[in-house]
Amino acid sequence: MSDGTFAIIAAHGDLAEGLVSAVSRVAGAAAAAKLMPFSNATLGGTELADSLRQAVETSGARVIFTDLPAGSCTIAARRIAHERPDLAVVCGVNLAMLLSFALSPVGGAAAWELAVEKGRAAIRVAEEGAGGH
Amino acid sequence: MAIEVYRIDDRLVHGQVVVGWGQPLALGFIVLVDNLVAESEWEQDLYRMGVPPEMTVHFESTTSAMEHLREYRLRPEHGLLLTGDTATMRALVEGGASIGAVNVGGLHHRAGRSPRMRYVFLDPTEESDLRAIAACGVDVSAQDVPSALPVPLDDLLTRSGG
Repeated sequence: MSDGTFAIIAAHGDLAEGLVSAVSRVAGAAAAAKLMPFSNATLGGTELADSLRQAVETSGARVIFTDLPAGSCTIAARRIAHERPDLAVVCGVNLAMLLSFALSPVGGAAAWELAVEKGRAAIRVAEEGAGGH
Repeated sequence: MAIEVYRIDDRLVHGQVVVGWGQPLALGFIVLVDNLVAESEWEQDLYRMGVPPEMTVHFESTTSAMEHLREYRLRPEHGLLLTGDTATMRALVEGGASIGAVNVGGLHHRAGRSPRMRYVFLDPTEESDLRAIAACGVDVSAQDVPSALPVPLDDLLTRSGG
């Protein structure tokens, strides 16, 4: 798959696996099949970048969604993007972002740019509760 | 002393360092001691962009770290010194850096390393480095995040679980 409709989610622990599972529940297996989960568990910095690089090459992904901007997944992803100008890295992944990407009829930058908008828009205070101002 | 933690972690600057230790210790700065990173502007940008705006990262070689350590210790903020391998930390300790405790925060799976804990895998040279650090009177223990119990070096080296 190299048409830009495929993405890797690289995150801590089981987060990526959980997000893909959630996409499957919400949007179906075909949408979830566009997303490859990747965990940083047990891997050091160099090995993490090597393993992620291999995942990018075998999957044809043109975007990696990561969780923390300071996380090892983001560092590894940016290291690979430095070698491959066709690869985008988006930090702060959330479910709304992934649903937008996985359900997008187009691929490439248009798909992940829209996904970033959707992901940002999904973050809001729904109820302030007693601690609100 | 402004440097609160001396940590060995092969992921260098990452979530556990910036968030896991950074928030409870209110870290103001990180000193990353790595000869390769110290020579590469790009590598430095990579790690610098990963930290929040209230935190600074300083890049040092083993040699320059020895020269600047006193200045870092006089800073008013809390700091964490980070090396990516045991050899660099050993060089600092044996070079007279006056370090009281070393935190083995993460040495992950790699060919030639044996599992000791979920986040600590060691090869014979790394075990030797850690023993040498301890022999200098430094308290060496494994601890990935502040809420975890530290595992002393003697205990760590008898473990065989990944």
